[in-house]
Amino acid sequence: MAELLPGRLARLAALTVLAFVLMAAFAPWVAPHDPGATDLFRRLQPPGWMEEGDWAFPLGCDALGRDILSRIIYGARVSIFIGVVVVLIATMIGVAAGLAAGYLRGWVDRVISGLVDILLGFPYLIFAVGLMAMMGPGVLNMVLALAYKEWVVPCRVVRGETLAARETEYVEAARAIGASSATIMAHEVLPNILSPVIVVATVRIAQVIILEASLSFLGLGVQPPAASWGSMVADGRGYILDAWWVSTFPGFAILLLVLSINVASQAVRDALDPRFHD
Amino acid sequence: MSPLLDVKDLVKHYGVGQGLLGRLFGAPPRKVQALNGVSLHVGAGETLGLIGESGCGKSTLGRAILRLHEPDSGSVTFGGVDVTALDTGGLKAMRRRMQIIFQNPYASLNPRKPVGEILAQPLRLHRLAEGAALRERVREMLEHVGLRAAHADRYPHQFSGGQRQRIGIARALILNPEFVVCDEPVSALDVSVQAQIIDLLARLKRELGLTYLFISHDIAVIGYVSDRVAVMYLGEIVENGPARAVLRRPYHPYTRALMSAVPRVDRADQQQERVRLHGDLPSPMDPPPGCRFHTRCGFATDLCRSVAPLRRQLEEDRMVACHHFPEPAP
Amino acid sequence: MTEPLLSIADLRVAFATRQGLVRAVDGVSLDVREGECLGIVGESGSGKSVTFAGVMGLIRPPGRIEGGSIRFEGRELVGLDPQAYRRLRGRDIAMTLQDAQTSLNPALTVGTQILEVLLAHGDDLPSGRARLRAARQRAVDMMTLVGIPAAARRLGDYPHQFSGGMRQRMMIAIALSCRPKLLIADEPTTALDVTIQAQVLELIASIRATLGMSVVLITHDLGVVAEYCDRVAVLYAGQIVESGPTAQVISDPRHPYTAGLLRSVPVLSHLDRPIHPIEGQVPDLIDLPPGCRFLPRCPMARTACHNPVPFHAFAEGRAARCVLAEAPR
Repeated sequence: MAELLPGRLARLAALTVLAFVLMAAFAPWVAPHDPGATDLFRRLQPPGWMEEGDWAFPLGCDALGRDILSRIIYGARVSIFIGVVVVLIATMIGVAAGLAAGYLRGWVDRVISGLVDILLGFPYLIFAVGLMAMMGPGVLNMVLALAYKEWVVPCRVVRGETLAARETEYVEAARAIGASSATIMAHEVLPNILSPVIVVATVRIAQVIILEASLSFLGLGVQPPAASWGSMVADGRGYILDAWWVSTFPGFAILLLVLSINVASQAVRDALDPRFHD
Repeated sequence: MSPLLDVKDLVKHYGVGQGLLGRLFGAPPRKVQALNGVSLHVGAGETLGLIGESGCGKSTLGRAILRLHEPDSGSVTFGGVDVTALDTGGLKAMRRRMQIIFQNPYASLNPRKPVGEILAQPLRLHRLAEGAALRERVREMLEHVGLRAAHADRYPHQFSGGQRQRIGIARALILNPEFVVCDEPVSALDVSVQAQIIDLLARLKRELGLTYLFISHDIAVIGYVSDRVAVMYLGEIVENGPARAVLRRPYHPYTRALMSAVPRVDRADQQQERVRLHGDLPSPMDPPPGCRFHTRCGFATDLCRSVAPLRRQLEEDRMVACHHFPEPAP
Repeated sequence: MTEPLLSIADLRVAFATRQGLVRAVDGVSLDVREGECLGIVGESGSGKSVTFAGVMGLIRPPGRIEGGSIRFEGRELVGLDPQAYRRLRGRDIAMTLQDAQTSLNPALTVGTQILEVLLAHGDDLPSGRARLRAARQRAVDMMTLVGIPAAARRLGDYPHQFSGGMRQRMMIAIALSCRPKLLIADEPTTALDVTIQAQVLELIASIRATLGMSVVLITHDLGVVAEYCDRVAVLYAGQIVESGPTAQVISDPRHPYTAGLLRSVPVLSHLDRPIHPIEGQVPDLIDLPPGCRFLPRCPMARTACHNPVPFHAFAEGRAARCVLAEAPR
């Protein structure tokens, strides 16, 4: 029984992630209201189940009377988009850099590893804030600011795995038949190190979503009136005692999505581990 | 007649980790002397057996000949071509002529590729065949090593150790090489399967006119497959010559110790005395001065402890590097 | 006749896998007598290691002892409670594993590791404060016995400071530290070079003579058995196919598998004699047919071999699982 539980939990988590993705993709059809439509008569209206609440606005409204549920649904688009795109870019750069560093060694390795060490020296958030301060706010700049440093993570994983793989006899065999370094990296090493890369990527999507929320909270992300979970939490912090729902529900959305991704990534890890297969 | 493969004074030292403190404080790098001036030759159609214990440098030698590990100095001449001087393009062309079979059939096949793909890769790389001709060649090679055409679609983990070794052999031979380094090709296999692979290698050699450098720690296997043998100890060849002559009458005390250490089923009716070795193999990072074997040799004298013995050429194409055997050096 | 030290009767061990039940040991019966050295020969998957993991009480799920009995000094070990087993292991029966590299804990000094065993099992050591000193002395004695020079100084060394041969010796010293009545050596030399292998095997032989213990030597090498064992049992696919005094089994094998093994390795003194491989593969241990398990690879197979073949004695001290056992080749 104890062995089954993680499996079920992971499946539930995966379904939750899927639900978020579908919700984001079909936001215009799913959302009950226009996320930007203000209505000052509904300013700080409580959730549906409370007194003065209205079930047409189930999670209540914010300081401008906008429907919180609809804004969360649209906000999912920003979070998931940034999470996926940043990790995708970072993985492509990181895999290429990590393969080159780990397989070619020598000066290539020294340059790449040196760069990685330098980037690791900066606290992630402060680094991104600094970059965005230079480039200005906005979704595209946020993607760039995060990808600048995010590639370090897959790069280190790939470099380590490549160092191990390059010593294997099948890589030696490929060299013995005359394969070039590029061929060996692409055909021999890469397929064998893909599993940890995919596992790391899924976990990192969750991390990037938190970073996106943090940057948006600081006002550096998507610009008003567009919705982002981070900026929604920030908007509500002035009313936290009178209207807790304005900050709490977007915060809860971040928590649920990040947690689900992390749990689901366990399932991805197990699915990719050859020890569980025949 | 000049030999097919001629190795002269091959040297390979590896730098090894110095530990954290050593690196931080710039201690001089430590070196493993894997090959310390190795010379040997292999005639066309011959099998040279290379025997030695772990860490003696025999695998490094096989790889240095193929330039899978770059030698530090010395030369490798194959069919009149200086392999050590080849550029990338020349080396790639040379790879068609010189191949290698690995020890561990579990590590030498890429687990993510079907067998057909593993065998097709060398042909594609050298643009030797494509399409139907390529599939036909793969099928033919599989059958040549005792597997079936249908095996091409399976992955390495679906095969037993012996079958995987057959796949490794097929990959090495699909380019029609003239020379193959067999690096402990049967050591990782079960006893009853070892003989299958030894037989297979012998048959392929006959049918395809191959030349082998056969590396093993098993002196009986070496004696069985080889025309000539070379005995390696701590990065140096201490004795070589025709297999039967060396194994019937070994000169170097190390060769004698190796032979007498092998447990054998016929010891009872042989009743010969054992040459025992005491102590362990010295570290190749810090080989003893003089004769490298003197720390374990029962015949060592002061001469052995201070002066490295010369390689002496003896009768019937034999060489031994010892001060005292077969008779004291002049 | 006195009762054997260890007596295994009809032992059956199976492992539950996704593909089905793997019968790794299927009806193994053998005796180890007081003071003798028994060789166990088999290839991977023959069940040789699993049999003795069973003796040591080390079969863990998905593995299970399905039946049979293991008696040590007349006491049944199958179903023995874990507490009693722990007391037995290390004190009465000790086992050394093939890979000394991984069997010693790299984070502890070898002294700690040998003292741990001595303090836990050394019943003849004094109690109280003198115990540690006595245990230390015993540890040094044992290490000296197995040929580790300057043993007292090396107690503080970590396993990585030992060479491969020295680590194997250390494992033997730990195994012998409580003077077990039975030492099970599982491939003690496979990972070692021949010159070191000879040293270790001779060491085991001389300690056996000194301490008068029994030794089970598990190996794939018939040469090792020929030189060091009084009797031998050959395993194939989970069953014993032949057993008897070593010299007789080697000079006159009565099971085609034993004969095949002997013919498949080159012999140094007869290099001109061609070797003959045993064709085919070791069978899959799931869903085996009822007949002889060697049948598909046997050059002498006949109709009778498709029925179950009993493991039967055909001469004094000799037994084989073959319908042709009675006929010398």
